[in-house]
Amino acid sequence: MSLSLYIDYIILPILAVSSLLAFIRLFKGPTIVDRVIALDLLITIGVSIITAYSISTQQSTFMDVAMILALIAFLSTIAFSYYLEKKEQND
Amino acid sequence: MTDFIIAVLSTIGAVAILIAAIGIIRMPDFYLRLSVTVKAATLGSGLLLFGLAIFFPQVSVTTKALAIGFFLLLTAPVAAHMIGRTAYFIGTALWKGTIRDDLEGMYDKQNHRLRNGDQQAREEAAKEQLNKKQ
Repeated sequence: MSLSLYIDYIILPILAVSSLLAFIRLFKGPTIVDRVIALDLLITIGVSIITAYSISTQQSTFMDVAMILALIAFLSTIAFSYYLEKKEQND
Repeated sequence: MTDFIIAVLSTIGAVAILIAAIGIIRMPDFYLRLSVTVKAATLGSGLLLFGLAIFFPQVSVTTKALAIGFFLLLTAPVAAHMIGRTAYFIGTALWKGTIRDDLEGMYDKQNHRLRNGDQQAREEAAKEQLNKKQ
């Protein structure tokens, strides 16, 4: 079995199931901070899916997208926590 | 041989991310979910990126993959700390099996600064709480 087939049939389905589970927490999460970390996990899983797919198709140009997504995930978590704290301080 | 190493690394990485996703569903409390998510997902992503760095022979791709991994390793704990601190201020409930809350009364309500945790500060905080209750 070649590496490309192995990634297509075993690694990518595992990552897809993980993203479904993270979506469940994104819908269910009773507080807003649960949804914030579910979003962070989703974007990190997105980076992993892009990486696995890039190995499978042997094209390296997808990694630019992965880099930008990692930056966006970090900035969005910091922005959420800053504005939630400001809202709590003003109330 | 390289293919086998990359297959092993990707499998361990994908299983780590699956454990993070199962943990974010099954854990009973926000703080436990935060802990499982950040550690396991960073590990899984780092291993997958390392596998990609081995796979491609060009220097530019290897540098890019290692840079993303390094960035994730640096920023994931910082983001987790900030969201955990904010959740404590908002008043996110701890799990009912928690024995005691170590941070109670240590944060100043106005400017959100932390008192240092030696014995004198703890006694002052306990005294303030007793005065408030009376």
